[in-house]
Amino acid sequence: MFTAGAESLLRQAREIRDEELGGLCSRIRALLGKEDWGPDALDALRRLFLVVSATKYSRRLEETCVELLQAALCSPSCPEQLQLLCAAVLRERSPSRSLSLTCGSVQNAQQLGLVASVLLAQGDRTQVSIVGQCALRVLESRQPEGPGLRRLLPVMSKVTSLEQTDALSKRLGDWLRHASVQQGSAHSSGGFFSTPRARRPGPVTEVDGAVATDFFTVLSTGQHFTEDQWLNVQAFSMLRAWLLHGGSGGASTPDTDDRSELESSTLSVLSAASTTSHLLPPQERLREKAFEYCQRLVEQSSRRALRKADSELQKACLVEAVLVLDVLCRQDPSFLYRTVSCLRALHARLCGDPACVRALLPVAQFFLHHGEAAAVDAEAISQHLCTRVPAEHFHSPVLAFEFVRFCRDSLPLFGRHLSVLRASFPNLFKFLAWSSPPLTSEFVALLPSLVDAGTAVEMLHLLLDLPCLTAALDLQLRSSQAASEKPLWDASVRAPGCLEAFRDPQYQGLFQHLLRAKASGTTERLAPLHQLLQPLAGCARVAQCAEAVPILLQAFFSAVTQFADGTLISQLALLLLERSDTLFQVPEYQARMHRVLSSQFLALCTRRPSLVVEQAKELLEFVGSLGGPQDGGHMLTSVVWAIGEYLSVSWDRRCTVEQVNKFFEALEALLFEVTQSRPSAALPACPPQVITVLMTTLTKLASRSQDLVPRVSLFLSKMRTLAQSPAAGPTHGEEDARAVLTRATELLNLLKMPSVAQFVLTPSAEVSEPRYHRDANTALPLALSTVSRLVEREAGLLPG
Amino acid sequence: MVHAFLIHTLRAPKVQEGFCRVLYSCVFGAEESPDDLQPHGAERDRLLRKEQILAVARQVESMCQLQQQACGRPSVDPQPQSSDEPVPLHEAPCGAFRLAAGDPFQQPRTVVWLGVLSLGFALVLDAHENLLLAESTLRLLARLLFDHLRLLVPGANLLLRADRIEGILARFLPHGQLLFLNDQFVQGLEKEFSAAWPR
Repeated sequence: MFTAGAESLLRQAREIRDEELGGLCSRIRALLGKEDWGPDALDALRRLFLVVSATKYSRRLEETCVELLQAALCSPSCPEQLQLLCAAVLRERSPSRSLSLTCGSVQNAQQLGLVASVLLAQGDRTQVSIVGQCALRVLESRQPEGPGLRRLLPVMSKVTSLEQTDALSKRLGDWLRHASVQQGSAHSSGGFFSTPRARRPGPVTEVDGAVATDFFTVLSTGQHFTEDQWLNVQAFSMLRAWLLHGGSGGASTPDTDDRSELESSTLSVLSAASTTSHLLPPQERLREKAFEYCQRLVEQSSRRALRKADSELQKACLVEAVLVLDVLCRQDPSFLYRTVSCLRALHARLCGDPACVRALLPVAQFFLHHGEAAAVDAEAISQHLCTRVPAEHFHSPVLAFEFVRFCRDSLPLFGRHLSVLRASFPNLFKFLAWSSPPLTSEFVALLPSLVDAGTAVEMLHLLLDLPCLTAALDLQLRSSQAASEKPLWDASVRAPGCLEAFRDPQYQGLFQHLLRAKASGTTERLAPLHQLLQPLAGCARVAQCAEAVPILLQAFFSAVTQFADGTLISQLALLLLERSDTLFQVPEYQARMHRVLSSQFLALCTRRPSLVVEQAKELLEFVGSLGGPQDGGHMLTSVVWAIGEYLSVSWDRRCTVEQVNKFFEALEALLFEVTQSRPSAALPACPPQVITVLMTTLTKLASRSQDLVPRVSLFLSKMRTLAQSPAAGPTHGEEDARAVLTRATELLNLLKMPSVAQFVLTPSAEVSEPRYHRDANTALPLALSTVSRLVEREAGLLPG
Repeated sequence: MVHAFLIHTLRAPKVQEGFCRVLYSCVFGAEESPDDLQPHGAERDRLLRKEQILAVARQVESMCQLQQQACGRPSVDPQPQSSDEPVPLHEAPCGAFRLAAGDPFQQPRTVVWLGVLSLGFALVLDAHENLLLAESTLRLLARLLFDHLRLLVPGANLLLRADRIEGILARFLPHGQLLFLNDQFVQGLEKEFSAAWPR
């Protein structure tokens, strides 16, 4: 809709020639110079803004033009429209060294606001503090509260670490607590409909229409508003930032070690009555007023608003109030006693109201912060949060993000309650399964804290089944949502059979296991569900989830290998093998997963080489049952390579000759099968990597059990012949055949000198020392090249 | 606090041609530039800022496309029949995601976005902002922009109407401050705006 017109305009703006730009500048110079604020100036400035902002490269404007723009900002007669455009143009050009604007010359608050927006965009620390000082001076002065103050106050949140802000803190407190409770009067606009006698405005009302019962807040409404009521709104909007960063530091936050002691001691000393505020220093006074404001907001948020927009605002105010209370309690623990009872009641109310679920998060965070001191069971609250919320609200994108952000940010606060979070990982994964693109990076950061030795295996299963979980959640929504509501699932994919299967009591157990809320400690094989949910595998949402899983697996394994012991590593390695062919069949998912699973398997073997010997039986079964490589043969390649590397006495003393022989026979049979069978549509041609790794592994095994050498040599010669023969041409490409040939030849050469073969193919652990490679007597490349030369010379001496 | 507000084009999912264009952006305040302003330091800084905004726009576009695909919605929302109909904001796709420190802003930031017809609106916020407020502010800004710029009228564009956008931002998001405005306040501000800036 907008693209075509926008494209051509943007291109024109970008490709504007210097003369045209010069012409535009001189037009502006002429108009602004004689203070002609008419529609011509507006049009010219609009074009100038487009030209400056359309390109990311700087535009050179005439000096006089820029000066006139600056002058227009400070001119009292220039209308707002033009001033805003001038400020916008100057802001677009920042950072700019040719700016001569200062806030010293500006008189009124509105203009100072405009000038400040330009100066703050320069990114210069000294400028920012100068602007802050200027603004502070204006705000603290006893000027009447005109509309300009409204525009200037937000500047204060942008300038942090100011000193001597007590006067502004005092004013903020006054605006918060003592704004007028009468409605403002309408501006008399004259005209036909103005009443001859202006009606006296009544008191402000609450959002449910009742007359206001206490002081004015952002949740008080009326027909018109007075200036101090506007400032009340602004003061609350910037309150949290001001408490955290503004003001002269305030009471320094005590050390975390002393804090809980301090909190618990003050609880017993203080009574519930609030201190008389005018006796307190300014920062404490502001805190006291902020506290009262937040309490009132919490009370006001329980009213039933008449307008939908107001009920949305009530929730936002609730969240903000709890956040501010959290800040207050952190800065001054004496607030804790009064806050806790209020928030406990609030928590109980919110738990019963599904519309207010987003407000539960800051409440939970508050109790995690202060639960110890307040003797509140933060664990129960987190438990309830992690059990109920994800299962019911996984489909809401911003809530999902907020929840995961809450988990991530509260990690240090969980402390000994971290087990609650860890046990709820199936629920948390629902967020990820439903909307993976925005949450993948969050979970990659969160996973290391969620994984522990007890749940690692279960978590790996769930990660591998994550696309399946997406499909199951889709079905859950389809079956539970009322027909009249707008569908949350992908309505373009019809899956009637799946829905029936979802309701079929035969599969209830499996679905319930998949959709569980907490770690169950057991694992179920969900292969039947994979088949049932197949029609949903083409869903875009499932495909997006499938793309995220490899990334999460990497994160999972890098976390697990930090603490896993030998048993766990073996378990995980076998799990990888087992699951590699029982994955949900999403297009391209299996291929990608095989790559990741195979590399992780190798990583696990590298960490614990003896697992190859320990799990020899299972590995043998795996190799024997495959019946040919699938999907590029990644898994097979890794397993065979691991066998070749680690099935030796040097890695595990329990390795026996029988084991080596058994593996040899199995691998020989496999190699025979893959090279003899003709490729067909069902079984694609075997990738050359598989052939070469099989040959290399067989040679390695032979080098450890010398009886096998003749068999291997025979086999390798056959492979050479096969690779050289023209019959191999159509099966494998020419390059592949050459690779197989080269490898077979190299291995054959090596086997002609068995002791060298052993050295090359079964090196001892010292081969990783650099000395091995630098020392001319033991260096491997030297040994290999010597062998090749000797063998070739030998071959050259023989006839034929 | 809002660090930046931007409006950009949203292409339909799987559309390959064309680029994501930023139609309007406003940065409130700035990340600190290094102390030494070399001869080309200022220009480089500006280039960096524009690139940062473009990076955010591209990410928002892809998030929106992915969400639309996942929901199975049609590629581009159909244009409403008449320009008097209110814009269907409550059904418009919206979401949030985090930007890590250094990618592309120095500080970690959160982005809240909204996709309406073929325009994307985004707020770049500090990392721990009140997202409920940010979302409702974003919807409010989108509604105001559609209403006051008459964006539903065919042939409308907002590239040459930056003054109105600035006027709306100056009142409803002054210096990037999110405001807790109840419905009556919003109406009051709107009336003030319409009176000061007749269409």
